[in-house]
Amino acid sequence: MMFAAAALALLATMALALLRAALGPTVFDRAQAANTVGTVAMLLLAVIGFLNGRPEFLDLAIVYGLLNVIGTIAVLKYFRQGDLGDPGLDEEAAK
Amino acid sequence: MSVWVDAASWLCLAAGGFFCVIGGVGLLRMPDFYTRMHAASVIETLGAGLILLGLLLQAGPTLVAVKLLMVGLLIFFASPTATHALARAAMVRGLKPLLSTDEHV
Repeated sequence: MMFAAAALALLATMALALLRAALGPTVFDRAQAANTVGTVAMLLLAVIGFLNGRPEFLDLAIVYGLLNVIGTIAVLKYFRQGDLGDPGLDEEAAK
Repeated sequence: MSVWVDAASWLCLAAGGFFCVIGGVGLLRMPDFYTRMHAASVIETLGAGLILLGLLLQAGPTLVAVKLLMVGLLIFFASPTATHALARAAMVRGLKPLLSTDEHV
């Protein structure tokens, strides 16, 4: 019963974050909202695993979290430098 | 399972869900990108931590608990990294924080 309540709260959070992603004036708001949706989806996978009595869903949650991190960092590197292959500002400043 | 452990787990799940919704409302209602980032971090610390603690109490000392701890560790390390990268990218791209306009501040 409590798992269902937690899952509903997580779904509401995800809806709010999606609304921010749709409204977001800057691209960084959208990236933040996407990151939040990823985190909440991870928690939702864990809770749904317990709700269905199949905690094996936690493996899916771990994989989803790893992909979420890589996706967020890649998108941010692209928007900061306009290029994924760029060596980065720190390395350029050190030269 | 002891009824007290069950009650503590339910309390953690309810509080975690509550803080997640609070973070979502903050993400929608805050006036500026940096304050919205602050609101979203509530989801990743208190919300995620309390929900994972509630599930951990339900799981007991099994392999499931280890996997839950792995999920918690991943959130614990990954979300500050992502938030830092996000703030840095926004600052480098010239997005200014919303500051107070009072003269005497």
